[in-house]
Amino acid sequence: MHYLFKAASAVIITFVIIAGIGIPMVQGNHGFFEFPFIPGLEEKARNIFFHVPIAWATTLAFIMSMIYGIQYLRKQDIEYDLRSVSSAGIGMILCVLATVTGAVWAKFNWGAFWNWDPREVSIFILLLIYGAYFVLRSAIDEDGKRAKLSSAYSIIAGITVPFFIFVMPRLMGGLHPGSAGDESGKGPVLELKMSGMMLVVFFSSLIGFTILYFWMYSVKLRANRIEHQLKSQE
Amino acid sequence: MISITLQVKNIAKEFNRKKLFENISFDADAGSAIAVTGKNGSGKSTLVKILCGLLEPTRGTWVLTVEDKKIPHEEYYKNIGLVSPYLNLYDEFSGIENLDFIAKIRRLQNPSTIIESVLEDFGLFKHRKKEVKYYSSGMKQRLKYCAALLHKPEILFLDEPQSNLDSEGISVVRTYMKQQRERGILIFATNDEDDLSYADAVIKLNSLNIEK
Amino acid sequence: MRAIGLSSYYVLVKEIASELRTRYALNALLMFVVTTLSVIVFSLGSEHVPYEIYCGTLWVIIFFSAMSGLSRTFVTEEERGTTLLLQLITSSNSVLLGKLFYNVILNFAITLITAIAYLILFNDFVVRTYSIFWLTLLLGSVGLASASTILAAIVAKANSKGTLFPVLAFPVLVPILLTAIKATILSVEGGMFNEAFPDFQVLISFTIVIIAVSFLLFDFVWKD
Ligand SMILES: Nc1ncnc2c1ncn2[C@@H]1O[C@H](COP(=O)(O)OP(=O)(O)O)[C@@H](O)[C@H]1O
Ligand SMILES: [Mg+2]
Repeated sequence: MHYLFKAASAVIITFVIIAGIGIPMVQGNHGFFEFPFIPGLEEKARNIFFHVPIAWATTLAFIMSMIYGIQYLRKQDIEYDLRSVSSAGIGMILCVLATVTGAVWAKFNWGAFWNWDPREVSIFILLLIYGAYFVLRSAIDEDGKRAKLSSAYSIIAGITVPFFIFVMPRLMGGLHPGSAGDESGKGPVLELKMSGMMLVVFFSSLIGFTILYFWMYSVKLRANRIEHQLKSQE
Repeated sequence: MISITLQVKNIAKEFNRKKLFENISFDADAGSAIAVTGKNGSGKSTLVKILCGLLEPTRGTWVLTVEDKKIPHEEYYKNIGLVSPYLNLYDEFSGIENLDFIAKIRRLQNPSTIIESVLEDFGLFKHRKKEVKYYSSGMKQRLKYCAALLHKPEILFLDEPQSNLDSEGISVVRTYMKQQRERGILIFATNDEDDLSYADAVIKLNSLNIEK
Repeated sequence: MRAIGLSSYYVLVKEIASELRTRYALNALLMFVVTTLSVIVFSLGSEHVPYEIYCGTLWVIIFFSAMSGLSRTFVTEEERGTTLLLQLITSSNSVLLGKLFYNVILNFAITLITAIAYLILFNDFVVRTYSIFWLTLLLGSVGLASASTILAAIVAKANSKGTLFPVLAFPVLVPILLTAIKATILSVEGGMFNEAFPDFQVLISFTIVIIAVSFLLFDFVWKD
């Protein structure tokens, strides 16, 4: 099962890297095995295949972590806490990756690595929340208590995120495609005049990074289980 | 005497996967006095805390029934009293202010007469207006008894009942222990031989420290 | 319901009596407001700065005074070992409700004092729509206090309580702070009352959601 995960995500992501970077972009008419040249994004459009799927996997990881947190509170079984913290750990790595790929894109599109655009602020707050989550965990010695309190915190922090997503765009103009301040009229990512081939690469990438998340998560979970068992045998 | 039963089944507690105790089972009903004994760190206080509904055990169940009604864990506070070394009263309030607060929050009828009579019994009446931070440790222990007994609990838990008490204090506690047996269930954690002989069942915790 | 109302009232009364006797929070908070205000006064001198700066710093002071004062309700119980007493005499919901009210009162008082000091001290800080201003102060401080209360209950059970609280609270409180600052700016700009409506909706719904979740989670947090 794990080999299947590993193999599938390796194959898909390799395809995405080769196709996403290698396929030429042409102006005017383009064949199926070519990407269209989108004015304003140009070659930078290739980052869509990496940045957006990673941001999606980050969201998935954090939602899974919160769901396992709720499960822990209901069942009081430490296994759920191990799942919750494993998912949060992977989410943190993906979140950093999403921030870095986003910053690189921002540098070339908007001129600076960081612009305090609503979505940039959102991911920054997400980093703060999970930073706080891990700080809280390190401040509690007993594992039942740690599981309980950190689950409670991730629920409280989790329910404020929708407010955040609602509040931010009202406070500042956005730069991301699809947000209020986006004047070039480009729609959200999917309406981004993607050609057939772009859509194939984009959705392969979504699937690839989703599987990558599940594979990394299962490795992290098994490592955490072993660590937990070793600690109890001291 | 009211009908009251406490049924404890296979309770086990682990901290960080280290077993403290397991398979604790017993039944108690009105008139029982149950003692918990064991070395320091064997988990007496932990077991008492679990039975009071303040700490989740790792495994096992326990059911408190009063007048054929099963009491949910979050409502145990209505039926129990606890005297414990981990319990403190408010330092900045006087003895009588502390008891007044407890009586009000428990919505007792006729609080002042009850408060006066327990204060009298435990010899604290003349110190009642002193702030608790000026109490000696023995006086604080006596005040904890007053706090635990105000509402005449159906179950009284005593963790180290004699700590910090002088012989006069101990004899007052003995009378109240006897009274408690007449009213309901008494459960106490101790290593004192005299106290142990008073119990009609003894639960011995021997440090397991078995690793899972 | 009546039982919870009554016992949470006694928790609140206890909290106030204890504060008046020990002055754990109040004096420190007042001094905090005075010091930060004087730092701002000294650093501005007679400069004219944009009114947005005043609105921002007003909420910065309110935020940090909340961070230093609102965790005390639970932390002092834990430090003095009186948590067990409260657990033994009343339901967790009454404790939460009582402490919530206490924090709301404390935070609103500090907020009012800070806001009035702002109005008096800074001639450039002119509020044109007072209805928006006062309502924002009320809703903002109630929201801050509600979220801080459940977080304080979590922090009280962990080590290194003092430094942990702002770390946990900041990301959760950002939506309230930003919305409150925006509405305050609107009140200075002389916006119409109904222009601030969406902001009030955010503040109110945030507070309701946080309080509802607090009641769901508090029992887990409060008992060991
Ligand atoms: N919250 C906790 N976290 C981790 N270990 C604990 C906790 N509470 C108690 N223990 C451990 O459980 C053991 C038993 O404690 P306790 O019940 O107080 O024993 P006793 O009352 O018999 O002396 C102690 O060794 C203590 O270290
Ligand atoms: Mg003990």
